[in-house]
Amino acid sequence: MVSSRADFDILTWDGTVSSSDFRVAALAFAEKWKRFNTTTLPRWSWVPCSKRPWIVAHETEGYLSLENVFLRGSSEEDQDESSQTGKEEPTCSGQDDAIDNAILVQSSGHEIHRYDFHIVYSSSYRVPVLFFRAYCSDGQPLVLDDIEKDLPANSAKVLTESKWTFITQEEHPHLNRPWYTLHPCGTSEWMKLLLVAAASRAKGGMAFEKYLVSWLSVVGQVIGLRIPIEMLCDSDEL
Amino acid sequence: MMDRGTKAQKYVWEGAIPLQIHLHESEVTTLPPPSPALILAPRIGYLPLLVPQIKPFFSSSLPPGVDTVWFEYKGLPLKWYLPTGVLFDILCAKPERPWNLTVHFRGYPGSILTPCESEDNVKWSFINSLKEAAYIINGNCKNIMNMSQSDQVELWNSVVNGNLEAFIRVSSKLKLGIGGDEFSDKLSSLKSPQSATETDNTGLVKTGRIPVRLYVCSIHENFDDLEDAPHIDSWDKISYINRPVDVLGEEKSSTNEDISGAEVGDESRSPSEHGSNTGTAEEVGETLCRQEGSDSLSDKAEIKLLRIQGIKPKLEIPFAWVVNNLINPEHFLHICVYVRVLEPITI
Repeated sequence: MVSSRADFDILTWDGTVSSSDFRVAALAFAEKWKRFNTTTLPRWSWVPCSKRPWIVAHETEGYLSLENVFLRGSSEEDQDESSQTGKEEPTCSGQDDAIDNAILVQSSGHEIHRYDFHIVYSSSYRVPVLFFRAYCSDGQPLVLDDIEKDLPANSAKVLTESKWTFITQEEHPHLNRPWYTLHPCGTSEWMKLLLVAAASRAKGGMAFEKYLVSWLSVVGQVIGLRIPIEMLCDSDEL
Repeated sequence: MMDRGTKAQKYVWEGAIPLQIHLHESEVTTLPPPSPALILAPRIGYLPLLVPQIKPFFSSSLPPGVDTVWFEYKGLPLKWYLPTGVLFDILCAKPERPWNLTVHFRGYPGSILTPCESEDNVKWSFINSLKEAAYIINGNCKNIMNMSQSDQVELWNSVVNGNLEAFIRVSSKLKLGIGGDEFSDKLSSLKSPQSATETDNTGLVKTGRIPVRLYVCSIHENFDDLEDAPHIDSWDKISYINRPVDVLGEEKSSTNEDISGAEVGDESRSPSEHGSNTGTAEEVGETLCRQEGSDSLSDKAEIKLLRIQGIKPKLEIPFAWVVNNLINPEHFLHICVYVRVLEPITI
């Protein structure tokens, strides 16, 4: 488990987190996202699961949700990272300063696609798992082929060649509907690699609030969801 | 584990549910309409695997088009990746024999069910669950990932054909043993005095995690007669909890006598966050119904029914025995529970 306790040894850590660590990290992440995104970008919110009416719960399980992330239709020149926003509005000069921080899902077409992202904890693999789905402007769900066209050009290559990241369609653990997901079986391995490298640069341990940001910085690249650079550079602990 | 499986394992693998399958009326194009198909469905199998047997009954009656097969029970589209026995145990509080299902060959509800176009989808789902179970038990899926192609084929075929011996032959290489239990050991030592003592069967339950999938139907009405159990018309009425159970190793599996003093919802029972002493299946079901050891099963709730492989386990059965004998081929233990809630609980 990731922990901020002094006795945490990152070298023996197996890359996983506990369910309660995940919840704390998720809430911290959502809070931080809000802080670094003062423009009108969609917010991550914690969705509690009310699926167990027979218990008295002190703390509910849930997942992080980011919905209605829009892709503005763009031409091919707009593949450049710094020129896109996450909203439907036409670019106006006031928005340009915020562009570097924008969440973005790149598109190579002219369609407007809407994405929903959920980060759900897996008790089996003890890691977060990304679930997502996409719609085109008339509300029709997108199939995987269309989604892959939306991905950054490199990502499609990464996806097909990596043993660690592959997209499948599975039932959302809480919603009884099919969603796309990045399979979690390699996550603990690459999280360990990622954070061990980071920790070796820092003097102390690794705060578990960092876990989710780091996780999303990798996973986000696979599906083209970008994290504001400030969140990654918040360097008091890194 | 004996090479041919224990008596209980054979019983489970041979278990089957008689189905009476009706073609949906919108797809009947002939008069008279075709008679329903009567099929025995293995409990540990999956509904799509029955399609080759079912199709001949209806093929002459189908409208033109490509087959996209799905099943439905009283209007509820059935999740094809759940073992047939699990579907039956959770959807039929009072077992219906034969179980009347409706089959569709057109109009797949893609917004509700993940796609199932062929046996490959079912196989992939099975292997995926097996990987997850391996990860839970061993902390990695290496043994599954490294399976030879021929082993994979043999393993899957043994499930499709219900061949327990073939299954054990291949799956024993996967090192997914959960640990012995005294009960099974006593049985095997009675049968052969020089019983092999593998390290897994010393009566010690290994410390670790057990793959468990819990299906809970919570209802407000009281019913004493299972026939009066309310009909499930939506999957939202069933809470699906896919969470491993932590097992603490101990010398002796505890029986219900050790925990008989514990009340439902007694928080002090769990020594660790989600761990449980190797108690009974019922106790584990209750532990899972609670959240992370910090909540209590409301005293306004009671477990009305608990089923594993269609069996209501007796309270004195050690959990380790349940795990070794009642798990499905993908190494998950599926537990179906009906919980009655006396009044709405605020969270």
